[in-house]
Amino acid sequence: MPSRSVQDYLKAIYHFNEMGLPAKTSEIASLIGVSPPSVTEMMKKLEKRGYLQYTPYRGAYLTEEGWSAAEKVMRKHRLLERFLTDILGIDKEKVHEQACELEHSLSDEVEEALCRVLKHPDTCPDDGKMIPPCSKEVSSCLECVEMRRRVRKGRELVPLTALNVGEEGVIAFIRGGRAAVQRLMDMGLTQGTRVKVLASAPFNGPLELMVRGANLAIGRGLARRIFVKAATP
Amino acid sequence: MSQETSSKGEDDKKRRHIRIALAGNANVGKSVIFNQLTGLHQHIGNWPGKTVERAEGTLSYRGYTIDVLDLPGIYSLSTYSIEEVISRQYIAVEKPDVVVNVVDASVLERNLFFTIQLLEIAPRMVIALNQIDMAEKKGIKVNHEKLEKLLGVPVVPTIAPRNVGIEELVEKVIEVYEKDVRPLFTLKCGPEVEARIEKLSALLREIKSPYPPRWMAIKLLEGDEEVEKIVYSEKPELEQVVKALGAEIEEIHGHSVSSVIASERYNLANRIARECTEQLIRKRRGFIEKLEEATVHPVLGYMIMAVVVAALFYGVFRFGDFVTALLESLFDMVKVAYDGWFGTGFLATLIWDGIIEGLIAGITIALPYIIPFYIALSILEDSGYLPRIAFLMDAAMHKIGLHGKGFIPLILGFGCNVPAILGCRIMETDRERLICGFVASLIPCAATSVIVMGLVATYMGTNWAIALYILDFAIILLLGRIAFKAAPGEPVGLIMEMPAYRRPTISVTASKTWFRLQDFIFTAFPIMIAGNFVIQISSLLGLLDVAEKVMSPVIVGWLGLPAATGITLTFGILRKELTLILLASLMGTTNFAAVMTPVQMFVYSTVVMVYIPCIATIAVLIKEFGYKRTLIITLVEIGFAILLGGVLYRILGILF
Ligand SMILES: Nc1nc2c(ncn2[C@@H]2O[C@H](COP(=O)(O)OP(=O)(O)OP(=O)(O)O)[C@@H](O)[C@H]2O)c(=O)[nH]1
Ligand SMILES: [Mg+2]
Repeated sequence: MPSRSVQDYLKAIYHFNEMGLPAKTSEIASLIGVSPPSVTEMMKKLEKRGYLQYTPYRGAYLTEEGWSAAEKVMRKHRLLERFLTDILGIDKEKVHEQACELEHSLSDEVEEALCRVLKHPDTCPDDGKMIPPCSKEVSSCLECVEMRRRVRKGRELVPLTALNVGEEGVIAFIRGGRAAVQRLMDMGLTQGTRVKVLASAPFNGPLELMVRGANLAIGRGLARRIFVKAATP
Repeated sequence: MSQETSSKGEDDKKRRHIRIALAGNANVGKSVIFNQLTGLHQHIGNWPGKTVERAEGTLSYRGYTIDVLDLPGIYSLSTYSIEEVISRQYIAVEKPDVVVNVVDASVLERNLFFTIQLLEIAPRMVIALNQIDMAEKKGIKVNHEKLEKLLGVPVVPTIAPRNVGIEELVEKVIEVYEKDVRPLFTLKCGPEVEARIEKLSALLREIKSPYPPRWMAIKLLEGDEEVEKIVYSEKPELEQVVKALGAEIEEIHGHSVSSVIASERYNLANRIARECTEQLIRKRRGFIEKLEEATVHPVLGYMIMAVVVAALFYGVFRFGDFVTALLESLFDMVKVAYDGWFGTGFLATLIWDGIIEGLIAGITIALPYIIPFYIALSILEDSGYLPRIAFLMDAAMHKIGLHGKGFIPLILGFGCNVPAILGCRIMETDRERLICGFVASLIPCAATSVIVMGLVATYMGTNWAIALYILDFAIILLLGRIAFKAAPGEPVGLIMEMPAYRRPTISVTASKTWFRLQDFIFTAFPIMIAGNFVIQISSLLGLLDVAEKVMSPVIVGWLGLPAATGITLTFGILRKELTLILLASLMGTTNFAAVMTPVQMFVYSTVVMVYIPCIATIAVLIKEFGYKRTLIITLVEIGFAILLGGVLYRILGILF
């Protein structure tokens, strides 16, 4: 099993890769709470071990091996969060830190037992994110597997916000609450639809898109959750 | 349109009564058609989400009495917004005789997505293919006969503002009603989805509900909460069936059922749209396209916005200032003539001071500013610029927990707070409507601007007026931020259509301004004159002195204002203009520099800007948010205004 600090790094990178984004040094630094130079150093180590691929100025993506290792920790973390809230009734606000402590000492056997007791949960209580399925052939939930498949494939996918003004993309999937996703689909942003970025407001403002012959303004928060395959115009 | 009155028997009359509803996407021209049909004045403008409440009107045509209903614009018959729920209930439950689906020909595909959903409920229907002129400008020609054939529903091409095709539309409505034509069109999904929809709708046949079984089946698979409630309360066992069928579809497609069905609908809409549109050689819309780009540009966009807003206020101020001066000298001559005719006896003076002066003050002080203001706002609204401002301001609006669309009602608030607060319904959740409504009630309306321009700008200079506005915006931001902290939550993300720019037409601007002006004359003038009259009488009876004494600790002691302003501020609750008009009448002069120091003017204007929503605004706040919240809003604003005024008085006292 990788060391504790390696696990923390993998988790941080996973956090970004899960959304289809590369993990940037500065972002990892602020997430774990260490200085950027030490992140760079660690990244080099991890790359040597074959956990990730790092491109300067772009960021890091986990390799297959890194992904599995990260998922294992993530899964423990999120199962623990469920356990702490559902069974022990601890406040949602407090479970994250507790889980961070406990995850490193959780054996695979206990992990399996937790999953069974919790009746194979799909999402963690903290942020509603998917709990990665266990590495065994059996999956806890269909959608979960589906999600993982998409995200993996999704390494060639980028969020809409990554496109420049004038670029086009084809929608692969949208993450987010039911209502917002439904609304975006109603406005024509269905899977497979080609969209063009017409404008992008500064200070994290919205994007203007051309969708099915109509101009739409989409808030940045929503646009981040729309994943597209970049297309040549 | 030819109008006749029917003189047939009672029976016949009943038969000849038709109820129609206008439904469609936002900003397609429903309200323009409604106004053309009924002669009423529904709010129109070039931004999505103007109609927030359904409006009713009637039309007599060839012996038919036609009740017309204007619905808010919606994009789907799901449950994303309250408008969607209301509209679909209306169409399915109250069942209008004919639904007129207004469709924007220049964005046909997206509009057909909604048409397809309407067809699933299968009401009698006519499609108004509107904005064909705009479509042509974009180089799109729609073959309406083909569209009619493909959908199996009559299609009438229209250009609503020019009244093109409206009469034909009414003819078609009557025909569809008389012949009882129902659409047979259905959305056919892929076989694996279709089989499951059929299976489920067979199980839903016996459920008592206004909706057709097939439609309910689709909605259940999509996870529609309202339909779930109807169905599961009668047949709870179906919940398991729906879950299982949904899971099967998800397994086959690897996407959620609602995503699969939305894709199916859009594929169909796309096919139909492609088949009946012809892409003409694109006409050059060079300038308009450049303008579209420039106005949302990260740098240029903000510069243009600043220039537009500055030009608006400056233009209104210069124009108003000029006309006020002109009118004042005119009325001075009238006064001389009046004195010459009637002398300066008790009655003559009472009539002049009590009635005529109120009228004159209204005309000279209010109208010269308010009319250009209305015109400017109307042009801004019709051009299609407002959604661009909303786009640019989205990030800033997040600071007060709203998304950019909330900025549109705020801009309208500069005209009048009442429509602005109603307009806050374009926000999706209650929390956001409340914050937006609160902030809108703080926006200085045209009447408030009259006071700032008439006092601060005129006697202290434009810079001080600008300073006052900046101060006010800072206060609004601060109070908005506090409201956001008091009602925390993640702002809903912005999803808004950006309409194409249009040249505002003189006729629309003129009729809108005229309509608002009429409203102003018939509601505001009587109040102003009555207010003035009451003041004059009370002054004769010596009541004012008592009132002034009671209020003087706050007004004189804390705010440092002349005692008489206590009275004007109280009457200002009726209409904010009164705070200036009555001041003129109480002080006996419109030369305010003679009776107030600059500091007093500044403090007074600030208090007027913030202190209380006027009575009409309070009424609409109660309607939208209830008594309790309105009371809190009103008290907060009064308290804050007094606090701020006193502090300002002390700070400015050091400076001057
Ligand atoms: N050129 C052109 N403009 C049109 C036509 N029909 C409507 N408009 C303009 O389109 C804009 C929107 O019209 P409205 O009637 O207010 O739209 P609505 O469907 O009621 O919109 P909401 O109430 O916001 O849902 C206005 O600026 C109209 O002047 C048309 O046929 N041609
Ligand atoms: Mg309307």
